[in-house]
Amino acid sequence: MPRARPRATAVPPETDVLVLGGGPAGTWAALAAAAAGARVTLADKGFCGTSGAAAAGGNNLWYVPPGPGREKAIAAREAAAGGLTERAWMVGILERTWEAVAQLADWGYPFPVTESGEQYRGSLQGPEYLRLMRRRVTRAGVVILDQSPAVELLLAPDGVVAGAAGVRRQEGGRRWELRAGAVVLATGGCAFLSGALGLNVDTGDGALMAAEAGAELSGMEFSCQYGIAPAFGAQTKGLMYQFATFTDADGTEVADSSLGSGNVTVQRAALRGPVYARLDKAPPDLRERMRWSQPNFFLPLDKMGIDPFTERFPVRFVLEGTVRGTGGLRVAGTGCATTVPGLFVAGDAASRELVTGAVTGGGSHNGSWAISSGGWAGAAAARFATEHPRPAVTRPAGEAGIRPRGRGGIRHEEVIATVQEHVLPLARNRFRTENGLRESLSILDSMWQDVVAGLGPDAEGGLRSRQAAAMLAHARWMYTSALARPESRGLQIRDDWPGADPGRAHRIRTGGLDKIWTAA
Amino acid sequence: MIEVLSGDRCVDCDICVEVCPTNVFDAVADDHPVIARQADCQTCFLCEAYCPADALFVAPLSDPAPPGSGLTDEAALAAAGRFGEYRRWLGWGKGRTPGSSRDENRFFTARLRALQEETGP
Repeated sequence: MPRARPRATAVPPETDVLVLGGGPAGTWAALAAAAAGARVTLADKGFCGTSGAAAAGGNNLWYVPPGPGREKAIAAREAAAGGLTERAWMVGILERTWEAVAQLADWGYPFPVTESGEQYRGSLQGPEYLRLMRRRVTRAGVVILDQSPAVELLLAPDGVVAGAAGVRRQEGGRRWELRAGAVVLATGGCAFLSGALGLNVDTGDGALMAAEAGAELSGMEFSCQYGIAPAFGAQTKGLMYQFATFTDADGTEVADSSLGSGNVTVQRAALRGPVYARLDKAPPDLRERMRWSQPNFFLPLDKMGIDPFTERFPVRFVLEGTVRGTGGLRVAGTGCATTVPGLFVAGDAASRELVTGAVTGGGSHNGSWAISSGGWAGAAAARFATEHPRPAVTRPAGEAGIRPRGRGGIRHEEVIATVQEHVLPLARNRFRTENGLRESLSILDSMWQDVVAGLGPDAEGGLRSRQAAAMLAHARWMYTSALARPESRGLQIRDDWPGADPGRAHRIRTGGLDKIWTAA
Repeated sequence: MIEVLSGDRCVDCDICVEVCPTNVFDAVADDHPVIARQADCQTCFLCEAYCPADALFVAPLSDPAPPGSGLTDEAALAAAGRFGEYRRWLGWGKGRTPGSSRDENRFFTARLRALQEETGP
């Protein structure tokens, strides 16, 4: 049935809380801010409901009923996480996730029902979850600006964050500006346009904007999570590879696959040549259940006419960067405040070290972090907006990729290609060495000078040039932090420093743009 | 990547234009939308999920399908039931049951965890 396309929602004259990003973290933040009585606007680069890692993939949650199981779950993650977690946050996240998921059930999320007749609520299917979140956000009176990527923050004269500006990319890149009493960054992590499932919207824009306002990051060395995907595509869903046999070009088994897709042995084999997978360890009676659990794992294989249970198919490892790594903007206080007043952070835009330390939060912890940090950041932003007077004037804070300092002419495509050459290959980023890191940094640091001098806004009002600048900044934070951790811990594998150094069980902060610093 | 927008099936609702997270489609006045920026497609299949007319086919390739590929052949894809496939799995559309009600990820995550505990990290 044909329908007239709705006109794009107008940008309001001002708002109390501006949420940037409309995935789980952004939608939970918007709901919390609205519940606190704030007028809320949510701007998404794409469409709130399909944007981001969760919508395209799905979310297992870190979801444990009240009781002794929680203590056990926390202890298990602490043991794996390399000593970088904080227990109080983990306790809080388990509590908040439990409550939030009960709300989802009340709102009608179609959870599966177990044999005992109870709903099982520990897993959320992405499209269903985010469609429901959009409905709730709309019902809460939040103004949603779709296809409206933010490109820079607005600052008050005293440096307090006072809004953001961006482009409406379905209106020829027309600029929008919105003054706000507080801003929540829920813009996701940075996956460097690697093509990993649903992650091309995650180019680190939020961290660039925040760093321009002076915000700190943490854990950027833990940015080297790779997802496994069929080599022809980008379906980075790893769970079903627990049933795989991995073989090399000759058909020789390369590794015991019992550890699943994170298996470093398989990644090392992929450095040597093509690697293939066949899910031949899946008992026939499980195969239908596998399909219903992860339909979009099987969909691309079906479309290619590949039966993954009987035929081997080539696989590759695709960088998921900080999205399923743990680095991001440093959470500096309760309410997920950043180190900049008026700026709050949620989801993958934030460092998740508090809950998942040095290991990937993909596959459950990130999903629960998004829910929890979103709720806390939204509530705290609403409070901040009430308690602080609005400035009479603001100034836009964006520089690289939008306001070049000189004449130049470097193109965003060139920047992106160079960044990708240095961060996408397993050989550079998964298996790191001091020499490799220094070599990449010398090129990337020098390119930053070219970018600040000469990368101006692209035809879409700066969207793509800002993405390029954000990716370049991330690559530099990531490798500078990796050098500052001469050891292997969690996600970071330093081939020149195998093993963890007990004296380095602490987080590494980083920041800066022209000059990048790190500190313990 | 998105390969086919079926003019026969499309009802000009422009939902794909609205929901694409990477802004691949352009609306056209009084006509079907067009695939305007295929290179930006991230192969997330969500336009297939949202299309009420099962008019879209996203090939599972990260790059454009090679010339002559069956993945661009509308008639062959239609005959093979390839339109609207993701929407069917999700159980979206009138009279369907949400696929999430058959989600058994809990079983597979528990199984993986047990395997990892057996063999160490």
